[in-house]
Parts: sequence; C-alpha cells; structure tokens
Amino acid sequence: MSSDKFPEKNLPEEENGPQHSDARRTFLKQSSLLTALALAPSAAIKAAELKFEEKVAAVFEQVKVTLGINGKKHKLSIEPRATLLDLLREQMHLTGTKKGCDYGQCGACTVHVDGQRVLSCLTLAAMVDGKEVTTIEGLANGDKLHPMQEAFIKHDGFQCGYCTPGQIMSAVACVREGHADSDEEIREYMSGNICRCGAYPNIVNAIKEVKNGGQRV
Amino acid sequence: MKDYFFQDTIGKPMDRVDGRLKVTGAAKYSAEYELPNMAHAVLVGSTIAKGSIKSLDTKRAENAPGVLAVLHYQNAPKVPGYAQAAHPTEPKPVGQPLQLFIDNQINFNDHPIAVVVADTLERAMYAAKLVKAQYNEEKHATDFNKNTAKAFLPTAAKRNPKHPLGDYVRGKEDAYKTEPLKIESEYVIPTEFHNPMELQSIIAHWEAADKLTVYDKTQAVMGTQNAFAKDWKIPVENVKVIATFVGGAFGNGLHTWPHETAAIMAAKKVNRPVKLMLTREQMFTMVGYRPHAWQKVGMSATKDGKITAITHEAIGQTSSYEEFTESTLQQTRMMYTSPNVTTRYRILPLDVSTPIWMRGPGEATGAFALESALDEMAFVLGMDPLEFRLINHTDKDPEKNLPWSTKYLKEAMQMGAERIGWSKRQLKPGMVKNGEWLVGYGMGVGTFGANRGRAKVKATLHKDGTLVMQSATTDIGPGTGTAMVQIAAQNLGLPPEKIVFELGSSLYPPSPSQGGSATVATVGSAVHAACQALKQRLTSMVAGNADTSFKGATVENLTFKDGYVSMTASPSARLSFADILKQQNLPELEVTEESTPDASLRQKYSMYSYSVHFAEVQVHPLTGQIKVTNMVSCADAGTIINAKTAGNQMIGGAVGGIGMALTEGAVMDHRFGRYVTKDLAEYHVPVHADAPNISSLFVNKPDLINNPNGTKGIGEIAIIGVAPAIANAVFNATGKRIRELPITPDKLI
Repeated sequence: MSSDKFPEKNLPEEENGPQHSDARRTFLKQSSLLTALALAPSAAIKAAELKFEEKVAAVFEQVKVTLGINGKKHKLSIEPRATLLDLLREQMHLTGTKKGCDYGQCGACTVHVDGQRVLSCLTLAAMVDGKEVTTIEGLANGDKLHPMQEAFIKHDGFQCGYCTPGQIMSAVACVREGHADSDEEIREYMSGNICRCGAYPNIVNAIKEVKNGGQRV
Repeated sequence: MKDYFFQDTIGKPMDRVDGRLKVTGAAKYSAEYELPNMAHAVLVGSTIAKGSIKSLDTKRAENAPGVLAVLHYQNAPKVPGYAQAAHPTEPKPVGQPLQLFIDNQINFNDHPIAVVVADTLERAMYAAKLVKAQYNEEKHATDFNKNTAKAFLPTAAKRNPKHPLGDYVRGKEDAYKTEPLKIESEYVIPTEFHNPMELQSIIAHWEAADKLTVYDKTQAVMGTQNAFAKDWKIPVENVKVIATFVGGAFGNGLHTWPHETAAIMAAKKVNRPVKLMLTREQMFTMVGYRPHAWQKVGMSATKDGKITAITHEAIGQTSSYEEFTESTLQQTRMMYTSPNVTTRYRILPLDVSTPIWMRGPGEATGAFALESALDEMAFVLGMDPLEFRLINHTDKDPEKNLPWSTKYLKEAMQMGAERIGWSKRQLKPGMVKNGEWLVGYGMGVGTFGANRGRAKVKATLHKDGTLVMQSATTDIGPGTGTAMVQIAAQNLGLPPEKIVFELGSSLYPPSPSQGGSATVATVGSAVHAACQALKQRLTSMVAGNADTSFKGATVENLTFKDGYVSMTASPSARLSFADILKQQNLPELEVTEESTPDASLRQKYSMYSYSVHFAEVQVHPLTGQIKVTNMVSCADAGTIINAKTAGNQMIGGAVGGIGMALTEGAVMDHRFGRYVTKDLAEYHVPVHADAPNISSLFVNKPDLINNPNGTKGIGEIAIIGVAPAIANAVFNATGKRIRELPITPDKLI
C-alpha cells in the first residue's frame, strides 16, 4: 500500500500548491473601515454590508492542511468547501483523477486515501489532512507500470479512457480487499465505477489476470 | 506490440497506441489544460420550461468573492454571427441552434440564463447559486403522449418529397391491412441520454481580439472551428480547436452547444482563458439526447414465411426551436424482401432542448420496432425467427434496386447462432428453465450505411525512419490512432512502433467529424493514399540511384517491408527508408494526400454494414428481475483493422444496448417540464453487474468497393438491434411482449 511505501515521516516536503494566504492580516488592517461604515447613510451601509459580509467570509475561508500526495508531502491552504477532487485537478494539476458526476455516482474520481479506495468528489480536501493520497499518477513505479495498468492495456479495458483512472484505482483496491475471487464478485465490487463505453468484460478480464498472476498489488 | 508480423499488421489485436497515456492519467481531456490566469465559469439554467425572464437578480453573485463577471441577455458580449430578425416584432427564424443570451425567452427547463465567472471553481459554483430569476411563465408542452397530434413532416421532406425523410411507398400503401396473417403493434422508446463519462467541457482563450483557441469536447474539430469562426465573424484559420482526447461522446459532440458559446463570451468579457465544465445534471438538458419516439409497425406474411407487406410509422421528439431528424425508418426500407413497404416519419416539437444523434441514431430506435415486429410475426407463423429472417433475406437493395457492395449477414447469423446455442431455443415461450429462472433467447439485426467522406492526411517520413501522420479527425474511444497506425504499417511496410498518428487539432489537414461510423473508411483511405504516395516517391528515388541495383524499379516490382525497400525479384538489393532519405540529403519526405469516395460507385452499389445480436436472458417469474446471461454480437463490417479494439467496440455497443433495453429512460415531471432522472443515480446506465461476458465475432471479409482498406463501420451497428434482441429474449422466456423500453421488472409482474 502506498501509505506503507511512503511512511509520512519520510515524506519529502514540498510547497508547490496554493500558498498560505496573508488574507487574515489584510483583514485586520482593513478593519478600521468598519468604523467608517458605521457612520455612513443606511442605504450605503446596506449595500456595503452585502459585499463586506462576503469579504469577511473570504478571509476566513482558508484552512491549512498537510497531506501526502503520491509520496510527497504538501502544506496547503485551501477552502474548506473544496473537494479533494477539485483540489487535485484544479490546484495540484493532477488531472488523472476524473470528474464524472460530482455526486459519488460514477467512480471516475476514485483515489486511495491511506490505501483505501475513496470517492474524491465526496471527500472534502480538509478531511484528508494528515493522510496519504494516491492518485493514478502515483500508481506506477517510475516508468514501470503497475500490473493493473499493464493488464488494462493488454485486455483493452477502456475505450475513451476517461473512467480508466478510477477503474484502475478501484480495481487495485478490489484485489487488495480480496473481492476479486470470481467474475461475479469482481462485477459486484466494481459496480461503483461506470464505463459508458461498455468495456466491462475486458476490465473484468484485466482484474482476473492481475489477481491470478499473484503479483503484489 | 510484440507478437505480430510487420507485413501483416491489419487485423492484429495490437495494444492501443495511446493506452499508456490513458492508464497513467497522462491523457489530457478538454478541461485539463493549464493556462495562465485561467478563470472558471458556471452556467445557470432556468427553473421554468417556457416563458420569459421577468427580472434577473445578479447583484449578490457579482458581489461574491472572486467573481469577475455575471453574463446574461442584458450584458453579454454580442455574437456578431447570430442571425438577426429583420424586425424585432417578427418571429425568430425556425430551425436553428439555440442562440445564447440574445433575449429573455425561455425555451426549456434549464435553458441557460446566466454564466458566472470567478477566479476559482468553488467561488464560481457558489456565486452561481446566488443568481435569482423571476419569470413570466407560460404554459409549456412537454408531454409527448398528449401532443402527438402536433407532429409534422420535417421541412426538408416538405420541400422535397424525394428526401429520405419523406413518406415512402414501395408497392401498395399499407398493404398489410388487407392480409389475413398480420400483426400490428405500437412501440415506444423513452428519451435516452448519451452520458459520456467526461462532462462536456471547454477552455476558451482569446489569444488576440480576433484569435480564438478552444480546448473543446467535440467529435468535429473542423465543424467546431467553422461554427465559431462564423459566430464571431473571424477568419476560420484564426480559430484553433484542440480535442486530442475525448472522454466518450456517442453523438453529443456532433453539435456545438450553448455552454461553449458561454465560455467564449466569458473569456472575451474577462479577457482571460475561461474553463467551463457542465455538471452531470446539465448533461441531461444542454447537450442533446436520443429523442422519445413512438412507432407503429404493421406486417403481413404468407403461411410459409414470406413477408408481404410492412408499414412502419414513427414520431420523434424535437425542440420548439430546432428541427432534429434521424433516419429511424431506413432499415425497414431495405432489410427484408417485402414487395410492399410504407414508411412515414414525423417530428413533434415540444418545450424541451434539442436532441442529437445518439449511437446508432434513428436506426437503433427503428430497429427496436422492426426487429420486435419480426419476432412477433414469426411467432404468429409458428416459425423460428432466425429462419424467418433468412427466408426474407435481401440479395440486393430493394429500395434502391442496386446490388450490395458486400453483404455477409447470413454468415454473421450462422456464426452467432452457433455461439449462443440457438438450437436450445424453444418456439414456445417459458419452456426453458434454470432452477426457478425462466430462460429465453432472442435475436435482432442491425444495419447502418457504410459511409465514407473526404479526408486529408499529411504524412512525414523522417530520416530516422519514423513516420508521423496528421489529420483533424478525433478519437472518442474506438481507437482511431491505433487503427491508422496499423493501416499505415501495412501499406507502407513499416513497423507500427515507428509510426505516430496525430489527431484532434484544427491545425492538421481537414477530416470530417467522428460520426456515422465513417472514420476508418474516410481517414483510413487518406492514410492509404498517403502511403501510396510515399512509396511512389521512394521508388523514384531508388530507381534514379547511381547504384543501378534498383534499375527499372516500380512500386509494383518492389517490396516494402520492415522499413526497407527491396527488389522483389532480387531481394539482395535492399535499402532502408532512412538510408534512401540520407542518400537524397533529405531531412524528411512529406506528402499530403486527400481521399474522396468514388461517387460513381455509390450510384452502382448500395453500401451497408450489418450486425446481428443474440441474447440469452433469465427472468425471475416472481420478481420480474431480468439478467442478461450471455450475448453474442456479430458483424459484417468489412476488414477488421484491429481485432482487439473492434471487438471492444462491439462489446461496448452491446452494453449500451443492454442499457437501452433494460435500464435507461428519462422520466419527466410534466408539471414543471423538468427531468426527474437528472443524474446517474436516477438515470441508470449499465454498470459492471449488468454486463455478462459478451462475445464479438466478425465475418472479416473486405469491401473493396467501399474503400481500399475494405472496411465498413462498426460503431453504430454495435448497438443497433441489441435492444430488440433482448426484448425478444424476454418474450421467449416469459411470453410477455414488452413494447415500451426500458423493460423494467414492474412490466413483467
């Protein structure tokens, strides 16, 4: 499991994500404005309040998290409402994890959090503070593909490729969980990952091959 | 990529050339490009189905943190290419795509009313929720069944009675009505949604005031380029369209949609690149669907199984502002020998968004009715439905009165019947059991025109012996690049590892959209032509060598293999492509070839692909649960370029057909004209557990009349005929004939 592979204490530190913001300080500097507003005509106050309320919210909307992503430790400042999926795609530019529905219905966004498969669209980024996230980009060992990636290519377990990262992350977990003992069991435990191209039989064959191949996944 | 022979590449189950990019997450889809200073846009839709916007409150959204702009009909940048009505009081022209933010009119529920642009996605999403509209609501018509009287003949057919959408009569009109042995049934398919896994997305970037680049989810690079050039009145070459990877589409990338214009407008307004990704809910309202259709089939036959007449009528749904049509009735006109055939096609405008062709467009709808009716007729006759189809098999096109270019449907039927174990099928329903489950077998035939268009390919042979080809086609999943590499490898005699095929950019030579199962026939022919041109050039070079070992060389007396040219008669005279270029002091050898189908051949032959699908189902008599336990899909699709990817495409079509037959269907709350099924939890596409092992078999005989590679299309026929095969199997298992899809358990108990 990735969390075994990269125990947190060994994680190299990297701060390449969004930086800690200075917004709080800015807010304090500007707070004298509040006094000025109190003296303004009521209509202006009302309009200004509307905007100000939002500004206040904006200031406090960042939270600090530390998380491991594919073996690297990141200290990030994020919005509490940001999902892990949007953090990965929009801020970390790890676009291998796909957005297919945003409701946990399609599985395209499946990643591993501390080795367990998780739907990153239903996971707030703030919830994975201190945890290790593995995405499709972190599955291969350098240039050497993970056996599941090899098997997907060999069995043509995809067409358009958009659900593929999620399918593969789920498939790896499915084997690790011990839920890949028969075609029926694989189908059941992979049913959270939709492939609209319909490459399902090929995906099942890929998972079976990895399971039966006995390689460490 | 190891175990095939260079000289015999076509047909081999080669791994996809882009497989590694897809399994590592490195393949970039339209929303995944990083552009500096990119802003995010979220589209806001109406909450009524018909009427107009009374007032729009955007203030809270505009004031929300990070918001850069909120665009709507009152402030959006004007699209100069939108047709303007001559006078404001005149009605808008009928039959055109939705024009975004031109007025306050609402044509369907979730009609785009505003687009919110912010510096982060979260902020744009939040602010979009703050946009509030008040409406002058008008009475909407969204219920198909209540409005069928409003259906009309499509304008194209009104103008030209000979148009394929026009009424068709062969022999005597409605001749089945007076025959003694006949059936007459009505069939319904609900609206179905493409729902590719990738949400429709675009990044729009104005690189200059008259220079637009879009990273767009589209099946038509050139079509998109032309549409936006026309909209924004800028030169075509100033619009760059990038669609390197397309995460499925199944037809909904064949049209340009309002969200694309919204992103382009937004990018213009905020003067930054803007990314817009639809939500899954918006995928149900803004990018087309397979239209709800009502059909009626009347059929008569003689006791010994000769069809004497077929009448097939259809009404398909369209929107109030655009006439959408599809060839629902084509298969009925040409598939069986009936001397009397009547077809009538109508469209019904409702207060909904416009449909768009969805995999097996029209034909998949039509085949559900026709192939179900065939099964019903065979049952009336007490005849095996396979035998009934063989008796009525056409050896030439009865509609055009032309020979087929190729037709190997009988071979496909035989292969499939053997593989599924058709002999186990009993004529009488409900006779075969597996424990308490009822077992049934059914079949359905599909066909689709073996289309071919015009395409251009640039091929550059480099001095290191590698070949790079480029064409502005796309790959929505079938494996276009892989197929093109194999065609080039075979035709040029170069190992596939040394060949790259680049697609999905308007900077490449023109190619039509990826649709209508025409890509391999169209672009593959241009690849073939480019390889022939390269061979010709290489031949001239070696023939003119000072070294006379290639004296008198012609393309015909040379062998091109493994990247070498040799005299076939004396193979010791051998030169690598790389060495030929070096001898000529050429860094590269470039050709651009266009390939156009021979129109005269299309006058002489009728060209179609064929499929036949066999389904085995089990139905639980108490719960009505249906399991597809085995499927065999067979195709006469000409030459198979890649057994692995072609087989996968057939399997995928069968899975799509399982969805059509058993799980998929829109449910609308007509009080609001809004879909209840608006996400993947409500609208059920097949999942792993719904898909059995599926066998795909190919006749694999070339159609050299169609194109030099001998291919016909696969994508559409993979789904056409699947739904009736399953419906017929359900009948064979239960004796219950379900004529309205999807066949859910409640319809069986």
